[in-house]
Amino acid sequence: MPIFEAVRMALRTIVTQKLKSFFSLLGVLIGVTFLIAVVSIVEGMNVYMEDQFANRLIGLNTFTLRRNPGINTGNVTEEEWRSWMRRPRITYGDAEYVAERIQTPVVTAQFCSDRMTLSYGGKQAKDIELMGTEPTYFEIKSIGIATGRIFTPQEVKAGVPVLVLGWELAEKLFAGLDPLGRDVVIQGLPYRVVGVAEKRGSLFGISLDKFAVMPFRAPARRFICPLGVLDELQIKAANPGMMQVAMAETEAIMRTRRGLRPTQESNFNLQSAEGALEGWKKISTVLLTVLPGLVAISLVVGGIVIMNIMLMAVTERTREIGIRKALGAKRRDILAQFVVESATLSTVGAAFGVGAGIGLAFVVRALTPLPAAVAPWSVFVGVGLGMIVGIIAGVYPASRASRLDPIQALRAE
Amino acid sequence: MSDRVIHVEELVREYPMGGEKVLALRGLTLSIRRNEYVAIMGPSGSGKSTLMNLLGCLDTPSGGDYWLNGQEVSRLTDDALARVRNKEIGFVFQTFNLLPRASALHNVELPLVYAGVGSRERRERAVRALTRVGLQNRMHHRPNELSGGQRQRVAIARALVNEPSLLLADEPTGNLDSTTSEEIMRVFSELHAQGQTIVVVTHEPSIAAHAERVVVLRDGKLDSDTRNRAAA
Repeated sequence: MPIFEAVRMALRTIVTQKLKSFFSLLGVLIGVTFLIAVVSIVEGMNVYMEDQFANRLIGLNTFTLRRNPGINTGNVTEEEWRSWMRRPRITYGDAEYVAERIQTPVVTAQFCSDRMTLSYGGKQAKDIELMGTEPTYFEIKSIGIATGRIFTPQEVKAGVPVLVLGWELAEKLFAGLDPLGRDVVIQGLPYRVVGVAEKRGSLFGISLDKFAVMPFRAPARRFICPLGVLDELQIKAANPGMMQVAMAETEAIMRTRRGLRPTQESNFNLQSAEGALEGWKKISTVLLTVLPGLVAISLVVGGIVIMNIMLMAVTERTREIGIRKALGAKRRDILAQFVVESATLSTVGAAFGVGAGIGLAFVVRALTPLPAAVAPWSVFVGVGLGMIVGIIAGVYPASRASRLDPIQALRAE
Repeated sequence: MSDRVIHVEELVREYPMGGEKVLALRGLTLSIRRNEYVAIMGPSGSGKSTLMNLLGCLDTPSGGDYWLNGQEVSRLTDDALARVRNKEIGFVFQTFNLLPRASALHNVELPLVYAGVGSRERRERAVRALTRVGLQNRMHHRPNELSGGQRQRVAIARALVNEPSLLLADEPTGNLDSTTSEEIMRVFSELHAQGQTIVVVTHEPSIAAHAERVVVLRDGKLDSDTRNRAAA
């Protein structure tokens, strides 16, 4: 009946006893903060991983044929790593063999890369990813050209020393100058710049515009890959379904080429964007499985603290309870009053927890490249859980209050 | 019969104390008619507090019967007693027993809250009750902003707001100086003149002198029951 009054009384208690209330609500607050922050970060990571990470690093509807997985988001054991290193490498021959025999319409690109130092005039750019590949690479990665052109298949075949620069690298080496037609030096040899790629932005705070692409038969290939060997063959299909078919085909073709028996494991790796996310999916599943436990523990602790606070409140206000009973309050009136008060306290704690959780998510977003996004459902769950904890924690103190003998309660100091 | 607000018959109340039973009331019979102003007196240990608790429906007797306003209330459950207290009885305590953090108005509204009266009517009736005891200008003050006499007036307003059949006062002037005591007793006399049935439990003869009838208890039994000529 006097629910509004009980809510107001609880709020007034919080306002007059700020510090004490803060400590008593800390458990619930932390629990809900956890919930909101972790859910926000995991959800943000999911979006980021799918939209950005995998598709930009590997490419849409694209998979790679490699000796070992190129992107590992899970844990790789020492043993696994050693077995990968014992596998034969992917050769030019392998790449051509697959490209010739695959039936699904696909675009392929042979690919090698390593970190190199590039220079122009007095300027040096260290630790630049130098990639040796085919013109199809630009199509597979959806890299547009800002100025100039892509090198041609003829230039690849002939091993002409030409380069397409990433946007940021071009800025760095040629600040203000037109890079087209100028020569960049790699390991003492000049490479003519024929094009500059469009800006791609960054991923996890790492720039995607610091690269140089050359025909993979250009002289510098011996610095990035041993002769006759590739890092990977990139294969892009028109859609996810066709990609699955092409992957199965590639596996069969490679097994035939290497003469593997049905019982033998494949000694090569096919990885798609989805596959690259497997590790992350495991991590996020673990996080979201462990989270309810963590939240539950802090809520239970928070509930016990609130129960204590309410028991103290009942003792402190014994006389008030006596007065109310003398004036006609029934048991359930007193019960309702204290349960509502407890629920209000706890809900306020949860609301602050929601605020802190959102704050934490925003801090993470500001300090890291993760786009932490607050999930609306987690806010409702957080506040709802807070209220439920308050109600449960309030029942025992409230029922004690409701059963007080009015005569003795009135005599209390 | 319907004229009797209170009728107790052979009322017994015993308390267990360290394995033994102590008899606080040993068969008390008493009737109080409508619009009577009765003082209950007696030395400590005479059973007057026990009687006051029983009359106020805060407690139930171990034996005997109690009719309040024609209703048998001696065997009711806790919640039923709460309803009776809410409707039939207005309490005035020695220590005022106001809620310290609530305004005078809110204190007076409290019995109406438990009676389930809507907020607008609650406010109107509380204002009327406070006006009746002359506190219309102090409605929004908290108890600690009021003098002792004013606090007791708030308590009286609270006791009257439900229009109870019985106003039950327990040492109402015990915490007040003599001037203020006179003032409060004047309020009681006025209420009595307006038709209110009043029972005052006190050990002070000067307070009892305001009543028209004085009941004296001794050892849990009726000692004397006299008409008071001095009463106006």
